[in-house]
Amino acid sequence: MADEVLVQHHTLEYPGGYTRTVGPVIGRYLTGLRDGRLVAVRLADGRVMIPPAEYDPVTGDDAGESDDDFVEVGPAGVVTSWTWISEPREKHPLDHPFAFALVRPDGADTAIVHVVDSGTEHAMHTGMRVVPRWRDERVGSTLDIEAWVPEATGGASAASPASSTEPVTTMSSPVKLEYDIGAGLAATRFLLGLAQRRILGQRTGPGGEVYVPPRGSDPKTGTPTVDEVEVGPRGVVTTFCVVNLPFSPLAPEVPYVCAQILLDGADIALFGLVADMPAADVRQGLRVEAVWADEVGPTLESIKWYRPTGEPDAAYDSYKEYL
Amino acid sequence: MSGERVAVVGVGQTEHRAVRTDVSMVGLIREAAKRALADADMTWTDIDAVVIGKAPDMFEGVVMPELFLADALGAAGKPMLRVHTAGSVGGSTAIVAAGLVQSGVHERVLTVAFEKQSESDAMWALTVPTPFQAPLVAGAGGYFAPIIRAYMQRADAPDDIGMMVAVKDRLNAIRNPYAHLKLPDIDMKTVEESPMLWEPLRYLETCPSSDGACAMVLASERVADAAAKPPAWVQGTAWRSEPTLFARRDQVNPQAGRDCAADVYQQAGITNPRADFDCAEVYVPFSWYEPMWLENLGFAEPGDGWKLTQSGATAFDGDIPWNPSGGVLSSNPIGASGMLRFAEAANQVRGAAGEHQVEGARRALGHAYGGGSQFFAMWVVGADKP
Repeated sequence: MADEVLVQHHTLEYPGGYTRTVGPVIGRYLTGLRDGRLVAVRLADGRVMIPPAEYDPVTGDDAGESDDDFVEVGPAGVVTSWTWISEPREKHPLDHPFAFALVRPDGADTAIVHVVDSGTEHAMHTGMRVVPRWRDERVGSTLDIEAWVPEATGGASAASPASSTEPVTTMSSPVKLEYDIGAGLAATRFLLGLAQRRILGQRTGPGGEVYVPPRGSDPKTGTPTVDEVEVGPRGVVTTFCVVNLPFSPLAPEVPYVCAQILLDGADIALFGLVADMPAADVRQGLRVEAVWADEVGPTLESIKWYRPTGEPDAAYDSYKEYL
Repeated sequence: MSGERVAVVGVGQTEHRAVRTDVSMVGLIREAAKRALADADMTWTDIDAVVIGKAPDMFEGVVMPELFLADALGAAGKPMLRVHTAGSVGGSTAIVAAGLVQSGVHERVLTVAFEKQSESDAMWALTVPTPFQAPLVAGAGGYFAPIIRAYMQRADAPDDIGMMVAVKDRLNAIRNPYAHLKLPDIDMKTVEESPMLWEPLRYLETCPSSDGACAMVLASERVADAAAKPPAWVQGTAWRSEPTLFARRDQVNPQAGRDCAADVYQQAGITNPRADFDCAEVYVPFSWYEPMWLENLGFAEPGDGWKLTQSGATAFDGDIPWNPSGGVLSSNPIGASGMLRFAEAANQVRGAAGEHQVEGARRALGHAYGGGSQFFAMWVVGADKP
C-alpha cells in the first residue's frame, strides 16, 4: 500500500467575488465614505455608533429608520487601542510597517478598526489624535480611507470630489481560501490505479460489497476496507439524464449524458459521462466501457467517458438494487 | 412525544425574490424575525434563546453567520446555536428550537433560517469542484434527474406527472403573497415547452433560486395558552440521516426518510397519513419529488404515488393538499426552505395561512430533506394539544 497520499493545491473562490446588497443603513455609511464623510447612526439611548448597523447591538431594536438618525462624525478621532504590524503581509493594506487600531471618530461612542500610518511604532500611543487620509478614487468601501495619520503631522485634508452622486447599494466581497488537500490513502490507491488504466475498488470484507471509488471504510459500519479488487472497465448504465445546458466549464458540448454506471464487480454506481453514441440512444441497462484518455495519470480525467460495448442490454433485475 | 409541550406562537417570513436588492443579509433575516415576533406579540427582550440555520456557507461566503447575527437577532447575553444539515436545515433548526422548550430549559425560543443565494450563484455554490472528487458537471439537477428517471421506470409512471406538479404548485403560489415565482398563466403546455434542462427534467419542473428567510417563535404550554392568536401544537418531531452513497442504497425511496416518517407518525398517532393529515408542506424542489415523497412518506403505496398526483388528491381542492403555499417549486431560499415548510404547516393549523388556507385544517405535516436525499427532518403540528 502506498504510504504517501496525493496532495493537490486548491483555491476556493467565487469568481468575481460575492455580491453583497448593503441595505439602507450600511449603504449610507458606504455612500458617506465614497463622498469623503464619516456617517454614524444615533441609537435610541443617544449613543452614536460607527459603523452604523440596522439594529442596536444591545437591544436588537431597529436603528437608522429615519434620516434624522444619521449623524456625521469626525473626521478627526482618537486611537483607543492598537497593535503594531512590523512585517506587513501581502494582503495588508500598506506595504510598510503600520498599526491596526481602534479609532473613535470625534462625536462617536464607538470605534472602528482601521489602519494608522504613523511611520514608527514609537509614534503610536493610545489616546493619540488621528485624521483620515482619503483616497482620491473612492468607491464606497472602508478602504476609501487609505489610513489614519497622526493629527500632529498634518491635520485633516479635505477629500477630493466624489466620483458619483448615486447611493452605494452593493459591494463586492472577494473571498479566497487556499488549501493543500490530501486525497487520503484509499483515493490515492484509486488514482494511482487509473494511472495504470486500472479501476481499483475495495471490498468491505470477505464476500462483502465492493466500493469504487474506495472510501477506505464501509459507509454502513465504519469498518476499514483493505481488500483491494479491480473492477470494470465494463459496466451497466443504471440510470442517467441528458444534459442540454453547459453547466460547467468542465462539461463537454451539449447535449451530453450524465449517468450512474455500475462497473462489473462493483456494488455501487459512480457518475460518468456516456459518449461515442447519440444521447437519444442512451438507455437504462446499456452496457458500456471506460474510454481512457490518451495520456493517463493519477487523475479522474484519465477516464474520458464511457462508450457502448455493443453487448446486449443488462436485464433490469440485474441492477435494480443499485438505484 | 416526550418532554414539555411546545407550540408555535409566531411565524414570519420575507418576501422571497431572486435578488432582494433592498436589504442587506442582516436586513433580510431581521425582516422575518421581526414579523415572527410581531405575530407572537413579543419583543426581542421576551426571547430566551435563538437558534439559527442556513445551508452551505458557499452561498454567501460567510462561514460563521452566527458571529455577526447574534446581536442582530437580539441574542446579546442569551444562548445562541447554529444548526447545519444542508437543505433540510430549516427543519432541523426548528426541531432543535422545539427541543429547548420540550426539555424545559427555555419558554420562548426564536428560530430563524435563511439564504441569500444572490450573493453568489446556486449552480456554483452546490457544485464547487474539489480535488480528487468526481466533478458534478451537471449541477444539482444532474444529480437528481437520474434518480427521477429511476423512479419513473420503477413506478411505471406516465411522463406528465411532473408537469402536473409544476403547474399545481405554481398556481398555489398565486395565493401566497410571499412566494417568489408568480406564474398565473402556467399550464401543462407552458411547462412542456420549457427547456429540457436535464432530461427528464424541464426548466419549469425545477425550483427557483431565491433570497429569503423564515422565523418562528416556539413557546412553552404556559406561554402558548396565554397567547392571543391560536398556537400550533407540536405533536411530533423526528430527524434521520444516512450516508450519501452506500452499496444498494435505495436512492429513490431512501430508508432514512421512511424511518423518519414512521417515527414522527408514531409520536403523533398518525396511522393513515392521507386521512389523518389535512394538508402537508413537503420539500419538493423538483416536480417528480412529489410522487416520490408521497410514497416515501406513506401517503401512497410504493409505485402508487403518481396516481395520487394524477387524481388531483394533492391539489389545493383535493383531499390531501400538498404544498398549498406553492412550496419549494415557487420559493427556494435553500437554508430557509425547510423552515418555510414547517412554518406553513403551523400556519395552516393556526388558521393563519391567508388565501392559501386549507379550510378547517387541524393537523399538518412539515417536511424537509437535504444533501443527496440523506438528511430528513419532519414535524407534525396540530390545532390540538398532543
